[in-house]
Amino acid sequence: MTDRLARALGWTSLALGTAQLAAPRAVTGLCGVDDAPEATTVARLVGGRELLHAALLLGAKNPAPWAWTRVAGDAMDLGVLGRAAANRTGARRTRALTALGAVAGLTVLDAACARRGTAKAKGPLQMRASITVNRPREEVYLFWRELENLPSFMVHLDTVRSLDRRRSHWRAKGPMVDLEWEAEIIDERAGDLIAWRSVPGKGVSTAGLVGFTDGPGGRGTVVDVSLEFGMRGRRLAAAVARMFGEHPEQQVRDDLRRFKQVMETGEVVRSEGSPEGHRALRQLHQHPAQPIGGRT
Amino acid sequence: MKANVWAGRNHVEVRDVPDPRILNARDAIVRVTSTAVCGSDLHLVDGYIPTVEKGDVLGHEFMGEVVEVGPGVRDLRPGDRVVVPFPIACGACFACEDGLYSVCENSNPNAGMAEKLMGHSPAGIFGYSHMLGGYAGGQAEYVRVPFADVGPIKIEDDLPDEKVLFLSDIFPTGFMGAEMCDIRPGQTIAIWGAGPVGQLAAASAFLLGADRVIVIDRFPYRLRVARRTGAEVLDYEEVNVLDALRDMTGGRGPDACIDAVGMEAHHPTPAMYAYDRGKQATRMETERPYALREAIMACRNGGVVSVIGVYGGFVDKFPMGTVMNRSLTIRAGQCHVHRYTEPLLDRIRAGEIDPSFVISHRMPLSEAPRAFELFKHKQDDCNKVVLTP
Repeated sequence: MTDRLARALGWTSLALGTAQLAAPRAVTGLCGVDDAPEATTVARLVGGRELLHAALLLGAKNPAPWAWTRVAGDAMDLGVLGRAAANRTGARRTRALTALGAVAGLTVLDAACARRGTAKAKGPLQMRASITVNRPREEVYLFWRELENLPSFMVHLDTVRSLDRRRSHWRAKGPMVDLEWEAEIIDERAGDLIAWRSVPGKGVSTAGLVGFTDGPGGRGTVVDVSLEFGMRGRRLAAAVARMFGEHPEQQVRDDLRRFKQVMETGEVVRSEGSPEGHRALRQLHQHPAQPIGGRT
Repeated sequence: MKANVWAGRNHVEVRDVPDPRILNARDAIVRVTSTAVCGSDLHLVDGYIPTVEKGDVLGHEFMGEVVEVGPGVRDLRPGDRVVVPFPIACGACFACEDGLYSVCENSNPNAGMAEKLMGHSPAGIFGYSHMLGGYAGGQAEYVRVPFADVGPIKIEDDLPDEKVLFLSDIFPTGFMGAEMCDIRPGQTIAIWGAGPVGQLAAASAFLLGADRVIVIDRFPYRLRVARRTGAEVLDYEEVNVLDALRDMTGGRGPDACIDAVGMEAHHPTPAMYAYDRGKQATRMETERPYALREAIMACRNGGVVSVIGVYGGFVDKFPMGTVMNRSLTIRAGQCHVHRYTEPLLDRIRAGEIDPSFVISHRMPLSEAPRAFELFKHKQDDCNKVVLTP
């Protein structure tokens, strides 16, 4: 819904921008400012700006937050039109006030869209990914159930230590601070699923669910994972965001690829360009594809 | 050690780089005894394959002697002589179990990069961009070979390097190109591109029972080599290929067409060439697909178009209407080399074929930059270069 509003605002920007560039005099006339010598230039500049809004709102995959650029533009327009109305009388003043009203109406829509767009982005960080592992379900389940195995393929984890059958202590590498929390298994059905969550009140708020089903045609095991990180406290939120980088889903997919490699080939596969194996960050900053040197 | 690295567009350099070491338990280190320059290396050097970086060691056709094995490799030991397939395959995933080694699900550590361009990731390839793994290549004195218990094929007799080296890529690639045509007796196969892959595809088509093979190119020296396989040849700068093929096949068209050219094709009409060349140079399309377009137009109704020439991204003006309305089948793929190494080695041993007929130049590795120049600009009748470290 918010995205549809954002797209509609994008089309509005496109129409306004095109009008202002193609017929600036008609626009300045409608706004009652056609008596000012610089009015057509300003209309053209604003038209160019509107096309920029249009490009962002119609081109972005997730357009709603870009409505903030329109809000900024609205503030500019309201200022200009307000001054124009104050300095004019008669029919021109009426037209300027009408334009002001129209822009104010759009501003309300823009702000609502932008706020909802950004609010959506601030919820708990949720990530899902699936992979098919060419091993029997029981074996795949057992490897995951041994939670101490998780750091061998989940790159953000440092260690997981089992405290007892249900409780475990987790440590993650943060960029500034290490994060530590205690988790408990809240549901488990042998060979089918494992669900866990952090113990309330101990720092990090996180939960995870992994399901195992037989692959199509009885070949391998489908592993579906969803992870959730709550965002309590700014510092924690920032640390978690940095831990997962720009593309959290990509990280979980990479985690699952490593998991698949460990299950199918025995270990994480390394190349000269990615000596650590799959890693979202490494995909942006590769080592050259030449031997990395060092000791044998 | 010395290695041939990519130093920028149209620029390769032999440099000193660190010796490789074991990174995974199933790795082996191979001392390279022979390596070759492949036409697909030219796409990298020309800068048309994304995610190649300065300093990357090139080369995916190589063989040599095992000098070290990781603790997970049981069936190879130092001293073994091996040819190494260019795709890297784990041997244990869904794709490998089905014989689709070049789309192994585990061998590309940069699968996320490939997914963005291609939807899903194929296998890693030696010396062939970071999107396809970021593996150091084999135009070097030594190379690390992952999954050494799956890919390398041991050469236990005294067959010389030159007879078996091309099991690493171009012989299986040409063979798979012919195999995808589902050749039946009496059939005519047309092949675009008389480079080494096209030449070996022609030879393979005859091995698989083709009646006639017609090879299309514009370089007389390449067509001469192709003719030696028994193929007829067409120079597309001399004749209109579609008309000529129609005439040669009783108006029906070849039963199957093989594109052994790929993304940097040439077109005899300057305006047509300039159109795609310009779009490719400005990165508006990644391919110049003349051979593919023509192969599709030429193929007989219900025939097969087999694509073994390398493409990197997106094609414009693709004649989908002719594919659909004329019931064509398009088959394509990086070669699943592992499938073919044993049977093709047997054919070489039996004397059915000697793939070394494609070799025109032999040079030391240190002259790799000159080899690339000759090969790229088709100078000195350069058909295939073998480098020895």
